[in-house]
Amino acid sequence: MKLLSKGLLIVLSAIVLWGCQTTATPEGGAKVEDRSGAADGASTGAASEGGTFSGDPLDDPSSPLSQRIVYFELDSSDVKAEDRATVTAHGKYLAGNSSASITLEGHADERGSREYNLALGERRSNTVRQLLLAEGAAAQQIQTVSYGEEKPADPEHNEDAWSLNRRVEFVYNRK
Amino acid sequence: MKALLRLVLAGLLIGLVVGAQAAPLSIEITRGVEGALPVAIVPFDEGGRAAPEDVARIIADDLARSGRFSPLPRQDMIAQPHQAAQINFADWRVLGMEGLVIGQVRPSGADRYSVQFQLFNVFKGDRLVGYNINTTRQELRRTAHQISDIIYEKLTGQPGAFDTRIAYVTTSGPTSFSLQVADSDGYNPQTILTSKQPILSPAWSPDATRLAYLSFENRRPQIFIQDLATGSRERIASYPGLNGAPAWSPDGRRLALTLSKDGNPEIYVLNLASKALQRLTDNSAIDTEPAWSPDGNTLLFTSDRGGKPQLYKMSAGGGEARRVTFNGDYNARGVFSPDGTMLAMVHREGGNYRIAVQDLSSGEVKVLSERSLDESPSFAPNGSMVIYATGDQGVLAAVSVDGRVRQRLALQEGNVREAVWSPFGHKTDFESLQP
Repeated sequence: MKLLSKGLLIVLSAIVLWGCQTTATPEGGAKVEDRSGAADGASTGAASEGGTFSGDPLDDPSSPLSQRIVYFELDSSDVKAEDRATVTAHGKYLAGNSSASITLEGHADERGSREYNLALGERRSNTVRQLLLAEGAAAQQIQTVSYGEEKPADPEHNEDAWSLNRRVEFVYNRK
Repeated sequence: MKALLRLVLAGLLIGLVVGAQAAPLSIEITRGVEGALPVAIVPFDEGGRAAPEDVARIIADDLARSGRFSPLPRQDMIAQPHQAAQINFADWRVLGMEGLVIGQVRPSGADRYSVQFQLFNVFKGDRLVGYNINTTRQELRRTAHQISDIIYEKLTGQPGAFDTRIAYVTTSGPTSFSLQVADSDGYNPQTILTSKQPILSPAWSPDATRLAYLSFENRRPQIFIQDLATGSRERIASYPGLNGAPAWSPDGRRLALTLSKDGNPEIYVLNLASKALQRLTDNSAIDTEPAWSPDGNTLLFTSDRGGKPQLYKMSAGGGEARRVTFNGDYNARGVFSPDGTMLAMVHREGGNYRIAVQDLSSGEVKVLSERSLDESPSFAPNGSMVIYATGDQGVLAAVSVDGRVRQRLALQEGNVREAVWSPFGHKTDFESLQP
């Protein structure tokens, strides 16, 4: 029994360490234990008894960083109050991980003209960008692109679909 | 070199594929004018040698499609004259015809044809017009459309728009986009561009030889100009941020466009020869979708500087902008009619996005379309019809500016959107028939 749990420990730690390697950047990556910033109780090493997540906070399903999409009201580019924590978390993560970089993809629902919707998508991603910069992210860490109405999350023609399409997506450049 | 490779590897195919299949873009009249003019287009004599196109059929279909004519079915024709001397006008009066067209097609060399037609007023029994046209196998459909234009003008007093083309974007899935050009009756579709990424905003050069468009093939919106005859193209705008909404000046020398490189979407004018860029708007709002007046002096554009998108106009050299639309809380994507007296636009009313026209002198607004996600209006070059896309159906529709005639243009496969009607093409030489 003891041998089995020891073996499990070795296997688990190997898995976690392997996970860490795939997210490392060429510069050696951020040391999770030093710069976890917004992540909840991330710690190094193998699976600990406490059951807290270890690894890159971007992969922590309970972290606000796991939220990669924020949504918008019709014709609006204001970030909703309930999304503020998400945006703040991403901003702080970028601030604490100078080698991390992100593309903000802005989108609009299909109503109205396509070119205006391209501009609206850009305005939404720019609004999010400003909030990330305010949290200490560096300009060179953030790219923005707008797809307007061209890449809907839901292609249906109803309110439910439209509300899912008015969004900005946080796309981390993972190497 | 790497960039070039990436271009190729981005799943991009540029080609000119001339398709000879029957109208994959099929057009049906959904409403025609009451009291459409009855005309008989008699099958043209082919001298016993089958011509590659049924010219009379093309003419009859053109005239029917305008909604203003009611061509006589062939099975109802009592006689099929080919020469003036063979016509018994009483035959046609009995059938209630007002116009009669006869003609012939003769080979005149390798892949060359001579087409002759005559249009008669049935009541008076006199000839209104007649021409002899030298053409080629490749141009035969086009010759038929040019004949339709002449007949249309003679009988309605307005120029026809049958010898024209439409450019449109098709999609058959989230990673399948294609920019195509077809004759305005849906025949001869040619693929101009295929891509896994979106294509938007096609715009015809005033001489109808080139298309400007917006392509996401490099994962960012960039503007290209492509020569339709050769397929060669140039990327003319790839600034940081948005590059969009290309619009040709009437003299073909400049392109108005939207760029956000200086902070937010503004209107610029690019000189195509010198590549000099002139900025025309300067404010924190979205300014986009520029459109030139036919005289080249005014630019119409969409701006939300007042809170919501409305149409504004300014001098083509820039300067103060004045609001033009005051009806409804959303007006965008405005275009001038070819005679400069009207605008067409996307207009929101009660949550429905519809195509409306606005008379520039009276300010009167008339809503022309009926669904809820209508977009991208484009005038026929004779100003008679507006073509647009129905976003909920993925088909194109066309409506006359008085609202009386309606057409539906559907692709056999996939969705079609963003159609733009070409300017008038260059006319071939006609030889007037001796009286």
